[in-house]
Amino acid sequence: MATATETGRQETAALASPAPAIELRGISKAFGPVQANKDISIRVEKGTVHGIIGENGAGKSTLMSILYGFYKADAGEIFIGGKETLIPDSQAAISAGIGMVFQHFKLVENFTVLENVVLGAEEGFRLTPSLRKARKLLTELAAEYELNVDPDALIEDLSVGHRQRVEILKALYRKADILILDEPTGVLTPAEADHLFRILEGLRDAGKTIILITHKLREIMDITDTVSVMRRGEMTATVKTSETSPEHLAELMVGRKVLLRVDKKPAQLGKEILKVENLRVVDEQGVERLKGIGFNIRAGEILGIAGVSGNGQSELLEVLGGYAEATGKVSLHGEELDLSGAESDAQSRRLKGIAHVPEDRHEEGLILNFHAWENMVFGYQNDPKYNKNKILMDNKAIWDETQAKMDRFDVRPPNPRLNAANFSGGNQQKIVLAREIERNPELLLIGQPTRGVDIGAIEFIHQQIVELRDQGKAILLVSVELEEVLSLADRIVVMFDGQIMGERLSSETDERELGMLMAGMKQGADA
Amino acid sequence: MDFMTLIAIFDSTLRYATPLLLACLAGLYSERAGVVDIGLEGKMLGAAFVTGGVAYVTGSIWLGLLAGTAASIALSLIHGVASITYHGDQLISGVAINFLAAGLSIVIASAWFGLGGRTPSLPPEARFQNINLPLADTLQNVPILGPIYSELISGHTILVYVALLAVPVTWAVLFRTRFGLRLRAAGENPGAVDTAGVSVVRLRYYAILIAGLLCGLAGAYLADFAANFVKDMTAGRGFIALAALIFAKWRPWQAMGTCLLFGFLSAAAPYLENKSFMGIEVASQFIDALPYILTVIILAGFVGKAIPPRAGGQPYVKEQ
Repeated sequence: MATATETGRQETAALASPAPAIELRGISKAFGPVQANKDISIRVEKGTVHGIIGENGAGKSTLMSILYGFYKADAGEIFIGGKETLIPDSQAAISAGIGMVFQHFKLVENFTVLENVVLGAEEGFRLTPSLRKARKLLTELAAEYELNVDPDALIEDLSVGHRQRVEILKALYRKADILILDEPTGVLTPAEADHLFRILEGLRDAGKTIILITHKLREIMDITDTVSVMRRGEMTATVKTSETSPEHLAELMVGRKVLLRVDKKPAQLGKEILKVENLRVVDEQGVERLKGIGFNIRAGEILGIAGVSGNGQSELLEVLGGYAEATGKVSLHGEELDLSGAESDAQSRRLKGIAHVPEDRHEEGLILNFHAWENMVFGYQNDPKYNKNKILMDNKAIWDETQAKMDRFDVRPPNPRLNAANFSGGNQQKIVLAREIERNPELLLIGQPTRGVDIGAIEFIHQQIVELRDQGKAILLVSVELEEVLSLADRIVVMFDGQIMGERLSSETDERELGMLMAGMKQGADA
Repeated sequence: MDFMTLIAIFDSTLRYATPLLLACLAGLYSERAGVVDIGLEGKMLGAAFVTGGVAYVTGSIWLGLLAGTAASIALSLIHGVASITYHGDQLISGVAINFLAAGLSIVIASAWFGLGGRTPSLPPEARFQNINLPLADTLQNVPILGPIYSELISGHTILVYVALLAVPVTWAVLFRTRFGLRLRAAGENPGAVDTAGVSVVRLRYYAILIAGLLCGLAGAYLADFAANFVKDMTAGRGFIALAALIFAKWRPWQAMGTCLLFGFLSAAAPYLENKSFMGIEVASQFIDALPYILTVIILAGFVGKAIPPRAGGQPYVKEQ
């Protein structure tokens, strides 16, 4: 811990050794008035796993984009293996031995694994020899690093974990010595993440250098040798992982102490608010997405739904929020809700007191190129208080209310005329949250409350949710962040493949048990 | 309907299908690379006009073909600059090309030849000659196979053979070469191409240049076939080619099948007029309208799900 420096340019004596895999000196990059990277210097030693951690918007991705030739730095030098290297485009980065595994995979979905691996690195004009060579190499790599993937499978048929392996294979096929992974575990189950880490350890032991970009402290602690912390475009510290702690890193990231655990009183449970029985959803392709699930939520309770994304959680929110049809029975205060008829729309749900913060705020929560004040009434636009008469809306009332809500939720900048797109992720989420919570709903549906939100805002959002609970409201929380569900929810239901795998009180379970349930392993978790 | 009539229908099927097939393959290259090309019609029309005019003035259909193709490629480049380089809406620049070609061709033709927007008729020596394949005359009298070879297969102009040959070539280029792999990837996920260190912009330009070339051949074929250029002579073939492309699910062999089917409907129309089926007399207008009706049915999605290239229509802008 003592090795942490706040200045950024210095490296610790302990870390210095000859010819690092990558050395950046004084990298700066500005986008207009925003200084995304400020005088960044970093040394990444050969054959190590080097973590880069920081909040969203801290400049991690910009730095990596410079390293991969997407952006040109305004100032600074890049040294690869001790030699100064110019990286004007991705081709140059690839030739310098840098491979990148993006957060959103860059794979062609209806191509085979083999075709994706050779794309851009074909041997000659004819395709067949390249494919033959790649097939052989893939078999070798699979044996060497646990990177098994069927070379002839189409990407769209592969699980997320396998797709990620294809990305790693792509980099290795291009003979990458330095592998950069951007938020690699965001979409993986705990078991898949463990597998990934084994692969990375194998690669490191084979002499490859790995840069891991993440905001998850646990991953940094588990796998990295060295960690660099970024905050507001600056490299605030580089420390040995063995000499630091999660709390210390979090403090370096945010610049002040944060509570990783949510501070909350024991739940004061009231009467049952929501009851779901035998809920079934069949999608357009005829696949059953929800297979007859049931649960209840009481007043003053946060029910967390844990699970790897795509196991029916989205469908559950859509049905309860009123924009997908279902069969079964859902009652609010004992009164049955219409699941497929005339009153199964989102408007009717809101009138009944169900507020909804959707999972994807860009698609469902906001209209990005509308102003904040307009976004602040969506879903409630028919409320008489916003309507002077049947034709004209009372924009002044909406405006004033928006201003007040922006102040209360500390939305920055507090300017109702700014387009929703121009707020940061955290502030966008606060706008949606302000709209829904300030309505004083009986039941709040909230999906991925802190996805793409920085740590400072996470804390605020969590507090708001707990506060609503303490007012005796019911809350259904869906999140793929296990840590979030564990710390926020009072009771946890784990979903897998459209079914409920199990229910646990959050005080009586842990990540390991929930992880087993999330992977569909009931027995392991019960044992 | 006797055998020779059937041969005659198939023969003109080929002639009708040729411009459609060329335009359809043009669209295939363009759309497989992620550039929606609604301007096929305009490019064909522009090429038909320039071919007709230049062939008449120079007396050489080959110079006409060269100039017509150049015109079509120039229109392609307008589409490319607007939609690839400047990320404009591909539909809008495509529509603009259609209007531009429709208007300019008539205006220039009127000013040039003073025939009210037509070009003068091409003399036989300024048109493509029919190519007689080897042994066509010798085999003429062999039963069944003789007429099929000498009447149906032999005796077309060179562009018919070029169009037919373009099908296996396109298939091989798309699915057996590095260029084809990259081209298809650019239409599915340009981000993957870009991060692999290959320029999406360059690939898409190659694609639209090939499309311009093929549309040029299609337009020249029309001008040569009719022996002159007349106003709006493409008559929606560019749009029918797009429908055929959807029907063919963006695949070359299927594109040939579809274009032959459309060609067949056009070729069979004169033979079906005023004939009655099961006591019902079929109006000739209905027969003429058949290709268009089929197009509407196809576009309405009655032929199963056609999944277009996923990045089709989206300008590629680097992320972040």
